[in-house]
Amino acid sequence: MSSEPKNHELASTGQVSRLGAMDYAPAPESTAAVRIADAYGLYIDGRFTDPERHESFATLNPATAAPLTRVARASAADVDAAVQAARRAFPAWSALAGSERAKYLFRISRIIQERARELAVLETLDNGKPIRETRDIDVPLAAGHFFYYAGWADKLAFAGFGAEPRPRGVVGQIIPWNFPLLMAAWKLAPALAAGNTCVLKPAETTPLTALALADILEQAELPAGVVNIVTGDGATGADLVDHPGIDKVAFTGSTEVGRQIQRRTAAQGLPLTLELGGKGANIVFDDAPLDEAIEGIIDGIFFNQGHVCCAGSRLLVHEGMADEVLRRLRRRVDQLRVGDPLDKNTDVGAINSAAQLARIEELVAAGEAEGATRYTSACPLPAAGYWFAPTVFTDVAPAHRIAREEIFGPVLSVMTFRTPEEAVAKANDTTYGLACGVWSEKGSRTLWVAQRLRAGVVWANAYNRFDPASPFGGVRESGFGREGGRHGLEAYLDV
Amino acid sequence: MSERLNVRKTYKLVIGGAFVRSESGRSYEVTGADGAFLANVARASRKDVRDAVRAAEGAQPRWAAQGAMLRGQVLYRFAEMAEARAGELADQVSRAEGVDGATARASVAGGIDRLVWYAGWADKVGQVLGGANDVAGPFFNFSVPVPVGVVGVVAPADSSFAGLVDALVAPLVTGNAVVVLASEHRPVPAVLLGEMTATSDLPAGLVNVLSGPLDELGPVLAAHEAVDGLDLTGARDPGALAALAADSITRVLHAGPPATPEGGLQRLRAFVDTTTVWHTVGA
Repeated sequence: MSSEPKNHELASTGQVSRLGAMDYAPAPESTAAVRIADAYGLYIDGRFTDPERHESFATLNPATAAPLTRVARASAADVDAAVQAARRAFPAWSALAGSERAKYLFRISRIIQERARELAVLETLDNGKPIRETRDIDVPLAAGHFFYYAGWADKLAFAGFGAEPRPRGVVGQIIPWNFPLLMAAWKLAPALAAGNTCVLKPAETTPLTALALADILEQAELPAGVVNIVTGDGATGADLVDHPGIDKVAFTGSTEVGRQIQRRTAAQGLPLTLELGGKGANIVFDDAPLDEAIEGIIDGIFFNQGHVCCAGSRLLVHEGMADEVLRRLRRRVDQLRVGDPLDKNTDVGAINSAAQLARIEELVAAGEAEGATRYTSACPLPAAGYWFAPTVFTDVAPAHRIAREEIFGPVLSVMTFRTPEEAVAKANDTTYGLACGVWSEKGSRTLWVAQRLRAGVVWANAYNRFDPASPFGGVRESGFGREGGRHGLEAYLDV
Repeated sequence: MSERLNVRKTYKLVIGGAFVRSESGRSYEVTGADGAFLANVARASRKDVRDAVRAAEGAQPRWAAQGAMLRGQVLYRFAEMAEARAGELADQVSRAEGVDGATARASVAGGIDRLVWYAGWADKVGQVLGGANDVAGPFFNFSVPVPVGVVGVVAPADSSFAGLVDALVAPLVTGNAVVVLASEHRPVPAVLLGEMTATSDLPAGLVNVLSGPLDELGPVLAAHEAVDGLDLTGARDPGALAALAADSITRVLHAGPPATPEGGLQRLRAFVDTTTVWHTVGA
């Protein structure tokens, strides 16, 4: 979007486009389906309770920076109460027939589907991501994960982990802010299917859909204490990790925090799975299906404002294709509609927090200072809230910070290669190893590349695809353990 | 006639396919369980650990890229070499562990059988740990186990051969390279096993064996950035080493399962990651 408003109405919403014929009227999703309480307590032992110290913090709508509500800050004593509740619930839950556990999970999946609109709007309000994504991706996938793992609950003996696989016990789960409801589903569904009880800590900036999920668990009549949800910041997460009553820790978030958690859990040899950062390479060969590849590059880095651990944040393009790809890429970047996340036409929403925006700005400044060439969409940005316009860096050297560090924002670093060997070497030139994309119409080359990429997920002629049946997770410093599919059960079984 | 004076063996480190004294020039005295002098064994230094890790890093990609069946055949050849020297191994196990000859022979036989068991896994583990995933959309989606890379092994202190075989071979099956810290006070069977790699078609550098003080070598191995997996079965303080391993998000097996098939696939699973490929389907 450019700075040439076509009419007053569009200009007033910030939704303007230089492609006059493609202007859209504002199409905001109604917030009527959502009721946000004035304050939220902690969900412990099947009911909402006030935190021990009566401390709370505000959660904001990042698109306006206005507070949505206040949520409780759990203390160590609150975490202890949650763990104790999970402990008490464990014997009965783990002894329940798998087929009965399955039915609870099927119920949860169904209620998520029934309340899909409410959840999508709530997620968009709390996170800042476009309603199109929460509606079409986050919420359906969350329901899908519960549905998928529901089916495993009475089939664990066939999962390849022994004839009588046992749950681990009480699991502590810490999730990030980029896919709040979906990450809650990724954590809870396999854990519950396997017979564990859970203490879940949502991210500080995006607690609301997890709290809505608590209400869904109530509607599903899940037994008290089977899932407990404690809101708070990093200190609450640390209290959970350190609690002696926890039998397993699962964390999704930054590699730096993952390191700290691995250190903290090392002494007890606590079972741990980590899903951490990434610096994914999207590799475009000279025989790539170009229309699809351009869309895949756009989706790879601008989906969810680039707040995606597996984002295709490095574009490796064949030298002979680079001019053509970049020309088309810039044109496509200009068309991205940045603005009101509730608008159904919005492509790129708000940056999740002031802190994340500062991190993006710092790395982009480093990119410019180190000599890369910046191209940023001229789209207007709303005055309030946290925003960053889609940005593409060229003339990037492998040693630049923007080629090495996870930006976690809508910023793409473009490099070129000449041979498949060079593409693989550059893709693997990172301490991370979460995901890569390969764009080529030559199947043999795609598989050759896929065999050599050090990554947990490889998408061929696609990017950022997720499915409950598909194992997701990293290699190297992107973490260990898998979520999704049969593999996702391993973390929650004592094998 | 007096009895012939035997020719003693110098027990060296195995680094990068070569049998070397420690770069530090140091050695230490190893005694049998009865306290009698056994040998002056090379005492590895921190630099030897780093050299061994580098050698393992260099050897691993080609080993992983080899066909799974070929890996199985090479490991079976490893078992053949061990079988041929079973008597020597049993003799050393007996002296190191202070067990009688029959017990030592049974222990060695068990270890060799375990090696054969693992050799047979090489071309099956992908089928058992991987598979096709039914995803929505026009994709063929499959998951394959992939080696983590270099695995550091702190060998069991007490089971100088059978336990060692389990910890050493499991990572090799799936395409990893290993750096083994031998049992500090019973290192001789480990060094013998290291020697056998030279006649087993195992590529140089794939198996590295170091003898020496665990308190000095363990932390270097655990903290090394190029070590991707860590088997701490023989560690005196696994928690401390595991904490060091966190710096580079190393996969850690705190204590391995028993070295029997009933121990299951835990060791194989411990040192593989899963790569999932979404391949588009279209005409």
